[in-house]
Amino acid sequence: MIPEIGHLALILALVMAGLLVFFGLLGAWLEKVTWLAVVPFAVAGQWIFVATGFGCLTYAFVVHDFSVAYVADNSNLQLPLLYRIAGVWGAHEGSLLLWILILATWTLAVSRLSGGLPDRFRARVLGVLGLIGFSFLSFLLSTSSPFLRRVPVPDGADLNPLLQDPALAIHPPMLYAGYVGTSVAFAFAVAAMLEGRLDASWARWTRPWTTIAWVFLTCGIALGSWWAYYVLGWGGWWFWDAVENASFMPWLASTALIHSLAVTEKRGLFKSWTLLLAVSAFSLSLLGTFLVRSGVVVSVHAFASDPSRGIFILALLGFFILGSLLLYAWRAPTLGSEGGFALVSRESFLLMNNALLLASAGVVLLGTLMPMFMDAFSLGKISVGPPFYNVAFLVPTLPLILLVGVGMHASWKQAHLQRVGMRLAVFFAVAAVLSVAALAVAYGSFSVMTLLGCALGLFIVVSSLSVPWKKIRHRETLSRSVLGMCIAHMGLGIFALGVTVAQSYKIEKDISLAPGESYLLAGYRFSFESLHDVTGANWDGVEAKMVISAADRRVAVLYPQKRVYRVQRNPMTQAGISVGPTRDLFVALGEQLGEERWSMRLQYKPFIRFIWIGALAMAIGGLISVTDRRYRRPAAKNPGLPGGLGVAHDN
Amino acid sequence: MKLRYGWLLVIASLWFSLASAVDTQEAFTDPVKQARYEAMTHELRCPKCQNNSIADSDAGIASNLRVQLKALIAAGKSDEEIRAYMTARYSDFVLYNPPVTPRTYLLWASPLLLVLGGLGLAARSIVKRARMIDDGEAIEDSDSATEQGS
Amino acid sequence: MTTETSQSGSGRFSAFVPVLLFAVLLIVFAITLIKIGSNRLDIREIKSPLIGKPVPAFDLPSLNQPGARVSNAGLSGRAYVVNVWGTWCPECRAEHETLLRIAKDGQVSLIGIDWSDDAQLAQRWLQQLGNPYEQVASDVEGQAAVDFGVYGAPETFLVSADGVVLHKHLGALSWEDWQKEFVPLMVAAAKPVAGSSL
Repeated sequence: MIPEIGHLALILALVMAGLLVFFGLLGAWLEKVTWLAVVPFAVAGQWIFVATGFGCLTYAFVVHDFSVAYVADNSNLQLPLLYRIAGVWGAHEGSLLLWILILATWTLAVSRLSGGLPDRFRARVLGVLGLIGFSFLSFLLSTSSPFLRRVPVPDGADLNPLLQDPALAIHPPMLYAGYVGTSVAFAFAVAAMLEGRLDASWARWTRPWTTIAWVFLTCGIALGSWWAYYVLGWGGWWFWDAVENASFMPWLASTALIHSLAVTEKRGLFKSWTLLLAVSAFSLSLLGTFLVRSGVVVSVHAFASDPSRGIFILALLGFFILGSLLLYAWRAPTLGSEGGFALVSRESFLLMNNALLLASAGVVLLGTLMPMFMDAFSLGKISVGPPFYNVAFLVPTLPLILLVGVGMHASWKQAHLQRVGMRLAVFFAVAAVLSVAALAVAYGSFSVMTLLGCALGLFIVVSSLSVPWKKIRHRETLSRSVLGMCIAHMGLGIFALGVTVAQSYKIEKDISLAPGESYLLAGYRFSFESLHDVTGANWDGVEAKMVISAADRRVAVLYPQKRVYRVQRNPMTQAGISVGPTRDLFVALGEQLGEERWSMRLQYKPFIRFIWIGALAMAIGGLISVTDRRYRRPAAKNPGLPGGLGVAHDN
Repeated sequence: MKLRYGWLLVIASLWFSLASAVDTQEAFTDPVKQARYEAMTHELRCPKCQNNSIADSDAGIASNLRVQLKALIAAGKSDEEIRAYMTARYSDFVLYNPPVTPRTYLLWASPLLLVLGGLGLAARSIVKRARMIDDGEAIEDSDSATEQGS
Repeated sequence: MTTETSQSGSGRFSAFVPVLLFAVLLIVFAITLIKIGSNRLDIREIKSPLIGKPVPAFDLPSLNQPGARVSNAGLSGRAYVVNVWGTWCPECRAEHETLLRIAKDGQVSLIGIDWSDDAQLAQRWLQQLGNPYEQVASDVEGQAAVDFGVYGAPETFLVSADGVVLHKHLGALSWEDWQKEFVPLMVAAAKPVAGSSL
């Protein structure tokens, strides 16, 4: 009964989405004020019904309703409650439902929190979001319903063991919140194009939504990378896998969008460019959905899929992206931007930032799609992997990182960098000298690229900190948006430092040890003390006790495991990791070689935590900046002007 | 040889497992050869797996390829010869670093083309804007460095 | 970026550039999906670079005759089929009936390469299920498998009388596959050399 209620709820949600599209878009077009009154109810109805459907599926998981095919395929009597709940989004159908729930939540949030928007404009924004909801709900109901019944089986096939990890319980919701969040900026952009008007207040409305989506995307990607680091057991944190790239491209485009929006808000410039970026960010996010769910790429993370789903998503992709790009081609040339800026100005820096960010997204896009295209046209099979990206991605990003450190100090319209130039040169020199000294002392030697990476990372950190430092010293007010920007940029610097040091000085050894033996790696003695059996709720395995000491002082005791999940029978590695501010020590169990002898992978990962700390700082910076006063004020100050976007009033 | 955890071996022989691989071969005594070996295991793609290097996969073919790689390095083959050996059997698919051929010119040129193209377009737009500011508009030295934020 | 201010013709045109770029992408995606859907493209398949090239030389211990060796030196002058299998591979079990039928058909000799396998298990397998192979080699280290570019058993190769790899089949072989892929090639290869042992 419950699954049928869930199915019905989703059908009703589809109806609500249909009403939202009809009354929102048509009502705004035909200027029927009474129609617009229906919009908030349709939004709320859509959310309630989607949430009901989601709740029903969760219930089916919790109570082990194996008459539901999706539950039977992805759960098991022994599966702990946490993973039964996370199992809801463990495969294609349920994760698509999560996608839709998050979209409905974003839609509800826009409806509730945008009281300051003019009615017609808001109706258009919500109508566009409703159209996306409608499309994905029809996709779900027609090809991927999670509620289909099957002859009940006594026990389920279990959740993919890779997903039975706490990080996986929060990683997909976080990532999807970011992925789907790009639809809000998209809806704002399409609504603006439908109105044919775009001004500074439009940018001010759009910015916080875009930034929050970006914060989610940043956290989601970082969590995914952290998960890959300790669950896949390889000790890598980014594999340039097609599915990872699929989440990274919208991030790059959103990052560009955030910066372009700054210019549109502040100076009323780059209008059509900002629109194009908003469309691109959402397009790339849809493209990611297509790549993950259509079965066109081979990836560790791709869902099992069939081509009919692929065709459906491709149709959606075509409809939304071609539609919005055509709208863009029609409207963009009419959106004039007044005003100029000097060669050296904040605007110039941000435009170059955008060019480089998009170039890096382009590199990732080409690297991801090229093998697929060549395969499709029988041009031979190639692989594009880390060795390519590790070189190619630096071409746009190294200059980008340098620009960040300088651009932050440029003022709008016309910057006199010679005044800060001296200080920046000093910063850079200090960063370079510090890097040389630190690397020489800590690691003995360094390459030019390592030095460059460290110096640039340190330079951005110092450069970012100098802004609030100066303000505080001169007792000037420090707005939240400036503080947020500085923290986010500092995060980028920390990230760059982490990546550089971790990649340059990691040590990785595959060895074989028997209990009582030890191995010396990077000054740490890894002693294999003992081995014993362990059992979890739904797995059995063995666990090694590894004692790590340095200079006869005990540093850590690690318990790496090799698990076998009882149902799916695949071995899983649970690495033992000793976390430290300056290094991680990592032990993964390999195979049993003899009576007591085991192969192991030992790793020394210097400063790898900086990678995730940097990402976290970026996200925190984003969060701080959206709490800036000016995003809270306009709601009250700008009572909706009928029929338009309101007058442009730049504060 | 009695194996206490024999069942693990049986399961490990299912070739489609997702567990990480650990190399069970003896290391080279020559550190240069060992470094080359380790670098190559990360550069060669396991042909059977989802998307892993032969260093990171415990599939049977990945371990076979590690054995071959080791033998080739021990026999004094250069990295180039090893790549040729692998592609003769598994095509360019097995190289994570796509070789530069007419078919991959575009791929390899893309970073530079995109950066130059992007910066070129940006520069054009900037120059145009800079001219607009010269035409009559007074240049005001606006806000101090970062007051308005971004 | 270029559309920023200009309402000129070039601005109008450049506003269409994103549409065109994306349309191209869309078409390519559609072609890829259609090819996958109609089984004309398998993204997991690696086309063998060996087709049309001389068969890799192998010289391995025999699985069931202690001390004997299996090599392709003794096979020159006649066409043969190399089948790479292992007892750990479920697909190999699935195609075993086909192999027996091919052996019974007697048109061509089957050479088995038992890959990365336990010899005892493999011998028992052949005793229980029947032995379709003229000779079976044991390839524990995977030397021959790598030389043949094998990545997932079962894989089946057709080698012509003059020692050239004509075809490779990936995955379980059905009688239909055999009739459709291998037989025509063998007929075509046999024609010029009338009266060969094929």
